[in-house]
Amino acid sequence: MSFAWAKQYEPKTAFTKWMDEKLPLPRLIYGAVGAGYPVPRNLNYMWNFGILAGFFLVLQIVTGVVLAMHYASNTEVAFGQVEHIMRNVNYGWMMRYAHANGASFFFIVIYLHIFRGFYYSSYKAPREMIWLLGVVIFLLMMATAFMGYVLPWGQMSFWGAKVITGLFGAIPLIGEPLQTWLVGGFAPGNSALNRFFSLHFLLPFVIAGVVILHIWALHIPGSSNPSGVEVKKESDTIPFHPYYTAKDGFGLGVILILFTFMLFFLPNMLGHPDNYVEANPLSTPALIVPEWYFYPFYAILRAFTGDLTVPFTSIILIPAKLLGVIGMFGSILVWFFLPWLDKSPVRSGHYRPMFKKFFWFGLIPTMAALFYLGGAKPEEPYIVLSQIATAYYFMHFLVILPIVSQIEIPKPLPFSITEAVLGKDADKPAKAATAPSGTPAGASPAGSPEPAE
Amino acid sequence: MASTVDGTAEGTQDGVRRRDWIHIAALSTAGVGGASVVFPLVSQMAPSADTLAASTTDVDVSAIEAGQSIKAVFRDQPLFVSRLTPENIAEAQADDGADMRDPQTLADRLGEGNEDILIQLGVCTHLGCVPLGAGEGEDKGEYDGYFCPCHGSHYDVAGRIRKGPAPTNLAVPEFEFASESVIRVG
Amino acid sequence: MTIRLGGIIVGLGLTAILVLWSLVPGLLNFALPEKPDYYAFQEENIAPEEGFSFEGAAGTWDYAQLQRGYQVYKEVCSSCHSLKFVAFRNLQELSYSEAEVRAEAASWSVPGIDPKDGSIVDRPGLPTDHFPSPYANDVEARAFNNNAVPPDLSLMAKARADGSRYIYSLMMGYVEPDPADQALSPEFETPAGLYFNEHFYNINIAMPPQLVPDIVTYSDGTDATTAQMSADIAAFLTWTAEPSLVQRKQTGWWVIAFLIFATGLAFLSYKQIWAGLKPKK
Repeated sequence: MSFAWAKQYEPKTAFTKWMDEKLPLPRLIYGAVGAGYPVPRNLNYMWNFGILAGFFLVLQIVTGVVLAMHYASNTEVAFGQVEHIMRNVNYGWMMRYAHANGASFFFIVIYLHIFRGFYYSSYKAPREMIWLLGVVIFLLMMATAFMGYVLPWGQMSFWGAKVITGLFGAIPLIGEPLQTWLVGGFAPGNSALNRFFSLHFLLPFVIAGVVILHIWALHIPGSSNPSGVEVKKESDTIPFHPYYTAKDGFGLGVILILFTFMLFFLPNMLGHPDNYVEANPLSTPALIVPEWYFYPFYAILRAFTGDLTVPFTSIILIPAKLLGVIGMFGSILVWFFLPWLDKSPVRSGHYRPMFKKFFWFGLIPTMAALFYLGGAKPEEPYIVLSQIATAYYFMHFLVILPIVSQIEIPKPLPFSITEAVLGKDADKPAKAATAPSGTPAGASPAGSPEPAE
Repeated sequence: MASTVDGTAEGTQDGVRRRDWIHIAALSTAGVGGASVVFPLVSQMAPSADTLAASTTDVDVSAIEAGQSIKAVFRDQPLFVSRLTPENIAEAQADDGADMRDPQTLADRLGEGNEDILIQLGVCTHLGCVPLGAGEGEDKGEYDGYFCPCHGSHYDVAGRIRKGPAPTNLAVPEFEFASESVIRVG
Repeated sequence: MTIRLGGIIVGLGLTAILVLWSLVPGLLNFALPEKPDYYAFQEENIAPEEGFSFEGAAGTWDYAQLQRGYQVYKEVCSSCHSLKFVAFRNLQELSYSEAEVRAEAASWSVPGIDPKDGSIVDRPGLPTDHFPSPYANDVEARAFNNNAVPPDLSLMAKARADGSRYIYSLMMGYVEPDPADQALSPEFETPAGLYFNEHFYNINIAMPPQLVPDIVTYSDGTDATTAQMSADIAAFLTWTAEPSLVQRKQTGWWVIAFLIFATGLAFLSYKQIWAGLKPKK
C-alpha cells in the first residue's frame, strides 16, 4: 500500500529499534497518520470531518464510560439516577451534557463527512470498500444513538423505544413476535432498558472496530481529493504529518468552540423538554419526534400514508406501515449501491455540471426539507411536502444519478493535482491541454480513476 | 515547484525561530487543555455530593445499658457504640500501661467529658472485616474485647489491638454530644 | 449496468407507489388543518419586565428571589406538588447557613420508621432528606385532586419549552376569556372543575389559581403581588431544575476563552507549516 515515495519509519534510539522489532506500533502510526502517509496536497476543509468524527467517537466513549459508572438500568431508578448524575456527581452535569451534545455533534460531522462523499463521489472505485464500511458505521451509530436515548427513561425515551421497535412489527408474519422479542415484553420495560444499556455500551466499541477497517481500507488507495484526479507523482502529495495534523488541529479547535458553546450555554437546545418528564406508559406526549439527527428518515417513514392496493379495488398488497419502514430503511440502503449507480468516470462535482446542479438544487434542498419536516407536526402541508421530498430523494439516487452519469459531458479535468493547485505542471504533455473538453461521455478523460500502485 | 514541498529551505534563521515558538506554544496550550479535561474525569469518581452530605450520623445512646453495645451505620460502615461497665473500665485502665502496638489510654479513646460510652468503627484495621464481640454471645477474643475472625486480630475491651496482624486500634471517629442522649458522629 | 438498471426500476417503482398511492390521494384530499373551534392557547410566553437574572450568557442567581420562591413553594405549591429530586441540604446553595438548613429541614415532616415497632411514622426532616411528597402515591393524589395528578416540580422548568418563562406565564395565565375570542366560538365553555388559563396548552387546567395577592407574607417585606410571586416561583423552580446553571455558564466562559486562544495558536501554527507550500505567483 501507499505510494513509492512514502517516507519510511526509521527508528533512531535503541528503545525505538527494540520496539520496532517486537511491536512496530510506532511504524504503524507513522505510516497511518504520520509523515509516512502521503496525502493529496489539495484537500480542503471538507476533509477535516473524518478526523473530527473520530474525535467525537472517542469523546462519546470516554464520557459514556464515565456516565455508566453512575447510571443504573432499572426503570424504577433510571430517571432518578440521571438526575443524581446531574445534581450530585462531581462534574456530572458536564459529563452528561457533553455526552448528549457530543452525540449531536458526532452526527453533524458525520453528515458533513457523508455529504463530502456525495459531492466529490468519494464512493467511487477504487474506494468502494471505504464507502461501504462508512455506511455500516452510520447504521451502527443510528442504532447506538437510538438505544442511548432510551436510557434516561424519560417520556421521549419510552415512546421513542415503543415507536421504533414498533417499526419491526410492520414486517409480515414475523413482525409481531420479533417486536415482542426485541423488547422482551409487550411494551418496553425493564428487560428492554437493560438490553439497550448493554448494547449501547457494546456498540461503540464495534463502531471503533469498523472505523479501524474504514481507515485501513482508506490507506490502500489513499485519500481522494477535491479535484478527483488520482495522485500521480510525489509533487501531488504532502506528508500527513505535519501538514494535515496541523490543519486538523485547527479544525478541531473550531468545532470544539462550537461544541462547548452548546454544552455550556444551550445544553438542552437540541434535546426535547418531554424527556425531562419521567416515562409514563399510560400517556403519550403531544408530539413524538426522534432526536434531530433522525428527522430525515423519520420524515421518509411518515411520507408513506397510503396502502398499496390493487387499483380500483380494496385489496391491500403492502400496507402503508410496511411501506414506510421499507422506505426508511431503503433510504439508507441505497447508499450501499452508490458506487455502482453513479458510473461517471469523473469524481469531483466541480467538473460535473449536470450532477452539480442536481446536487445543489436537488439533493441539498431535499435533505434540508426532510430535516425540517421530520420534526414537524404530522399534518398538512407538511405531509405532502415530505412526500415530494421523499420522492425526489429516491429519484435522485436511483434514477437521476445513473442517467446523469451516462449522459453528462464533464468539464476538462486538470492534468494532475499539482496543476490543480499551482496552475501548471511541468510534466503535462502539451497536446493534452485541450483534449478533455471534447471527450465523449463515458470515455476516460485524462486523470480518470486508475488503480493506485 | 515540487521542491517547495519541504518549504523550510527559504526560512531565515529568525523565521525558523519564530515558527518553532508558535508550534511549541500551540502544542503546550493543547497539552494544558487536555490536562484540564482530566480533572473532571478524575473528580467524578470522588464521593458525590449526596454521599458527602450523609457523612454525619446521629446516634441515640439513652437506651444503651451498661455492658450493652449497639451497631449503627456511619459512612456506610458499622459503628460500635457501647456503654462500658465499671468492671470493663477498671480492666481497660489496668492495661493502660501494658505493652501495646498502638499505645492509647482508655481516656484517650473516650474523649473529654465522656465517662463510659465507647464509640468506634467496627472495621478491623487490618483488612476491613467486622470484628466479633459487639453482639451478644460473640467471640470476644483473648483480651475480652473484639476478635476479627478473618485473620485473627484480638482487641481488648477498649478496642486496642493486642494480638494479631492489625496495625492500629479500632478507629474512633470524631463525635460530639448533640444533646444529653444523642451523639453526632462525623 | 445491471445495478443501474435495477436502481432505475426500483427507484421509479418506489416513487410511483409513493406518488400514486400516498401523494395523489393526499393532494386530492388536501386540507390545511382547520382552526380548532376552541380557544387557541397563547403559545408565546410572557416574562417579567426586566426578565430573569439567570437568563443570558452572564446570568446569575438572585438569591433573595430564590429564597422568596422557596417560601412560595413551601407555603403554597407544596400542599399538592412534590419536589422529589431536591434535598433540604441543597437549600444551602440559596445562601442559607448550615444551621438554617438544619432548622428548615426539621420544620418539614418526612416519613420515617419507628425504631420500636417498624411502623411508618412522621419524623422531622434531616438535611439529607428530600422534599416529601404530599401524597402517598398517584392514586391518592388523583383522589384528592379531581382525578388529576399534580406533577412533581423538580424539573418543571426543563420539562417545558422555555420553562422558566412558561411557569411565569402559566401563573399569570388565569385571566378572563377575551370577549372577542369568545364571540368567535360561542360554544366554548370551561368544564366544571377546570379553570381557564390562556397559557396552558389545553386552555383549561385542573389547578385552580393559587397565587392570589398576599397569599404569602414575604419575610423580606417584598410586596406579594401575583406577578412578584409568579416570577419568584419561576426562578426557584429554574434553580431546582438546574442547580448548576450559573456554574455551568461561568465555566463556559473560561472554556471558550481558552479554546479561542488555543485555536488561534493552532491556526498560526497551521499557516506557518503550510506557508512553504503556497504557489508563488
